[in-house]
Amino acid sequence: MRFIFKTEYAQDIRLFQHGGQVFWYGLLLVLALAAPYLVSGYVLTQLHFVLIYAIVGFGLMLLVGYTGQISLGHAAFLATGAYTEALLQGAGVPFFISLTCAALFSAAVGVIVGLPALRLKGIYLAIATFAFNIIIEEIITRWEHVTGGNSGKLLKPIEIFGYRLGSQESFYYLCLALTVLCCLALINLLRSPTGRAFVAIRDSEVSASCMGINLAYYKTVSFSISAALTGIGGALYAHKVGFISPEQFTLIQSIELVTIVIIGGVGSLHGAVLGAAFIIMLPQAIAIAKGWLPETIPQAGLQSVVFGLILVGFIIFEPYGLYGRWLKIRTYFDVFPFYRRGTFRRQRSYLRSERLR
Amino acid sequence: MFSQFLQLFLAGVAQGCVYALVALGFVLIYKATETVNFAQGDLMMLGAFVALTASTILGWPYWATILFAVIVMAAVGMLIERIVIRPVLGLPTFTVVMITIGIGYILRGVVTMVPGWGTETYALKTPFGDSVLRFGGAVLAIEQLATIALTAALCLVLYLFFRYAKLGVAMQATSQNQLAAYYMGIPVRRVNMLIWGLAAAVAAFGGILLAPIAFVHSNMGFIGLKAFPAAVVGGFGSVPGAVVGGLIIGVVEALSGFYLPEGFKDIAAYVVVLVVLLFMPSGIFGETARKKV
Repeated sequence: MRFIFKTEYAQDIRLFQHGGQVFWYGLLLVLALAAPYLVSGYVLTQLHFVLIYAIVGFGLMLLVGYTGQISLGHAAFLATGAYTEALLQGAGVPFFISLTCAALFSAAVGVIVGLPALRLKGIYLAIATFAFNIIIEEIITRWEHVTGGNSGKLLKPIEIFGYRLGSQESFYYLCLALTVLCCLALINLLRSPTGRAFVAIRDSEVSASCMGINLAYYKTVSFSISAALTGIGGALYAHKVGFISPEQFTLIQSIELVTIVIIGGVGSLHGAVLGAAFIIMLPQAIAIAKGWLPETIPQAGLQSVVFGLILVGFIIFEPYGLYGRWLKIRTYFDVFPFYRRGTFRRQRSYLRSERLR
Repeated sequence: MFSQFLQLFLAGVAQGCVYALVALGFVLIYKATETVNFAQGDLMMLGAFVALTASTILGWPYWATILFAVIVMAAVGMLIERIVIRPVLGLPTFTVVMITIGIGYILRGVVTMVPGWGTETYALKTPFGDSVLRFGGAVLAIEQLATIALTAALCLVLYLFFRYAKLGVAMQATSQNQLAAYYMGIPVRRVNMLIWGLAAAVAAFGGILLAPIAFVHSNMGFIGLKAFPAAVVGGFGSVPGAVVGGLIIGVVEALSGFYLPEGFKDIAAYVVVLVVLLFMPSGIFGETARKKV
């Protein structure tokens, strides 16, 4: 059992709370760096996706997990990032500039989507973002001379300072570097006053505004940062698959992105990574399990059922997600034998309508 | 010119009635539990498949089919509430929304696995036939008229139910303040279960009415996505609002499909909902919301 004695205020916002964390995160980083030499090419390809989805998960986690705003339209930002990257690369813009543009343009779209968020709450916000997703998808389909419509767009491999990132390993290191950068940026953001303001808004809008937090400003900021991260993820995604078309950015995709956050554990950056890994591994696991089941069961249907069951199961049995499960296990051993079942109990409340007649 | 407009308008109304029926399901659950059931469209799909089974495999007449589907779906709805929704009672709204999204996935997947249903497309036979009615130069299929009439009747019944029936009033009380409802002796859990049964039954009804217009297949539930805008435009939580919203969306869609360039038909509903949300954040018939600390 570890006690952390706090002797100064700055300890509260330290990047690493104690030496153990430095060791374990260092080990993780070393393993991540060595991964291309440890795993096969196929696993490496899956790791690309995990990293890309982790970046998107970070964006969504900031919005859903830390600011408490619901979005069912993040595939629209993913699409914005992907198409911006595709168009700029087509125009011969260097990678880092086009990536920045993808992030900035997604952020701009995020501000536009965030505008209704200033007036809408809960369900209405979910529906507004979802309407937005469908409109963006339709715009991409119809604006053929720019986006290529349903026939999609092809992307070339990334070129940085004249060096082509054609191989799996080099692309992996690019994804890894961007993931780590995004993660550090978010950690820094979250321990700054801005990040604290987000959390305050999540916990109670009324008390946040009483504390002098400008709700409209911070919600818009949250939406735009979240969209920018998703845009970066989108740009990498576009390069990863090499071909983008509107049907990759549907509402279903948006829901899958939200699932990353839910399965990983709402309100923790670890959760975004764990959730991303889970979502990527799930179809593989189902494909393997399919071999043991009768032939007549269609793959798509099975995937849909398993996906639904996992989503429902997590919400009912493990509302804090994978990371929450890990926390529980750790706490169990940390305080052994004094762990109580009520430690992580969810608070329930009697429902009360905010509608007035 | 005018008759063409009338023709489009009436087709829009018929389509809007189906949206209204799905939207009614949303509104019922929202009214009683303050959550939105994203699986409503999929419940409708399941209802249509149940009706299809009764009609083609068992060979029952149309009216028996409707009754059968409605009863079966009411049971399914109550079962879903009992197994999945009740454990998360009292948790934040978004949790329940994600659960219903999960239920939607499960239902869509299960339907493709059932032998005889699968991923095929089916047509449901109706007794209305292909006859048409001429009305001021416009041509209207009897099927569409029947859809409109049945929707109107169902809405009236539901409106009266919430206005006058003891259970309906209890449902509204549950939604407005659960704790107070408990104190008044309302069995909140049982009321929730009944409301899910009712919403699923309405969904089955919607599925049967939609079947002649569209076809029965495992993805027909996605029409539920069009019904959201309907429920929002009318103001969630208002039965007349759902109907008006559904009609607005249906008519706007039909007209924009004809008068505006290609592509607008599919997004018309969502543009309308965004505009309405910008100017009237709680919809046309919505009650004003005020947060108390």
